[in-house]
Amino acid sequence: MAEFPTELKYLATHEWAKLDGDIVVVGISDHAQDALGDVVYVELPEVGASVAAGDEVAVVESVKAASDIYAPIAGSVVAVNEALEDSPELVNESPYEEGWFFKITPADSAALDGLLSAAAYQAVCDDEDH
Amino acid sequence: MGQLTPLFDEHGRLGAKIVDFGGWDMPIHYGSQLEEHHAVRCDAGVFDVSHMTVVELHGVNVEAYLDRLLANDIKRLNRAGQAMYSGMLNKDGGVIDDLIVYRTGNPCLVVVNCATREKDLAWMNQQAGAFDIDVRERNDVAILAVQGPAAIEKVSGLVTDAQRQCIAELKPFQGAWSDGWFIARTGYTGERGLEVILPVEAAVPFWQALLAADVKPIGLGARDTLRLEAGMNLYGNDMDESVTPLESNMASTVFLDGRDFIGASAIRAQQEAGDYPRLIGLVMQGKGVLRAHYPVFSEGEPVGEITSGAFSPTLQLGIALARVARTSAQMTVEIRGKQVPVEAVTPSFVRNGKAVWKPLEHK
Repeated sequence: MAEFPTELKYLATHEWAKLDGDIVVVGISDHAQDALGDVVYVELPEVGASVAAGDEVAVVESVKAASDIYAPIAGSVVAVNEALEDSPELVNESPYEEGWFFKITPADSAALDGLLSAAAYQAVCDDEDH
Repeated sequence: MGQLTPLFDEHGRLGAKIVDFGGWDMPIHYGSQLEEHHAVRCDAGVFDVSHMTVVELHGVNVEAYLDRLLANDIKRLNRAGQAMYSGMLNKDGGVIDDLIVYRTGNPCLVVVNCATREKDLAWMNQQAGAFDIDVRERNDVAILAVQGPAAIEKVSGLVTDAQRQCIAELKPFQGAWSDGWFIARTGYTGERGLEVILPVEAAVPFWQALLAADVKPIGLGARDTLRLEAGMNLYGNDMDESVTPLESNMASTVFLDGRDFIGASAIRAQQEAGDYPRLIGLVMQGKGVLRAHYPVFSEGEPVGEITSGAFSPTLQLGIALARVARTSAQMTVEIRGKQVPVEAVTPSFVRNGKAVWKPLEHK
């Protein structure tokens, strides 16, 4: 069964976001990596890029398909996970830790409150599965 | 619920992810498609391909019938049970299906694709009358493909003495009946291996014996990346009735000399005109993945599109088959609006675990 850590916020498009000090870390959920299958390539945003909530900022390519990754909130990209360049499988192996995609300095961290809770996101996934 | 193979419950027990494939519920992977791919390249894997259609052609004129039905020349085969890959064409030279025929005499054994089953059988029956051929589908068999460098040795340890002897005597691309099983040195991976057609009731015990011998179960996902690395076409992706074998990297399966197979005159005309698109290979120079339907450009001009693409687990780069009007040293593929450099290569990437692709000469 997929894991849905309760300390994270989620998008219905399967990204998670975590406030870490004054930085927001973004990745894709356990449910998403399982549905994608083996991840073989990740295209990450430029460090320094300004993003708006809902922007397509990254792409994850699995053996099955290419999927857009959306920015959960507005802000500027301060770091990307360079380890994914040589080890895209980290997205499958550790979606909530080592498989993170990028970090954003949020324009307004209160915007995170508008995202889905773990329970609400899990309900979205259950709906998709049935 | 789609159609189920005799091994469906086995797939479920192994935790396979099941998808619809041509109306059949089939395993796409059992956990990791990449690990399954590597298992076949490095050791041995087993595929349930019982969704494919097995047909027997009964009648004394079976070779005359096949000479008319197929673009490849059955008369060139000189060994009993020798296998031949061929397109079955319509009058315009379009590919109705690609198939394997084993020259087993009367009856002759043919394996065709599952998604094309109905139109194949209808076409084969339509042509059969003039040759007094009885086209009979075999619904009482399963098909397992065991592929990889250790595949033949592992199967040989699990079969009857007669079957072991049969396997030892088979040449590549040859099959034979033994103790009720048809065993052939054929496959869809570019590795050594066997394809086994066996009675439904024997399928589960043989499958379980293979797994106990550490042969890994392989889903259709890895089957697709393995066949693409081997440069083998997938019907419906790389060719269909709208293209001819010459446009589909199947020219080596077309024998025109003095023959009158269905579609021959259209193929002759196309060959004489010479100006037709080719199915080539592409390899990506940077990181990323090539996928079907991405547009292909030569020196900035659109020349065609990718028909099959993937990330090659063996080569660790994006590879594809593409149908293009021409090639050059400046080929690109459009990926999400960006032009990405690729190299035009021979449409065969990996054989027996090794990279084999070569740059194309441009014309």
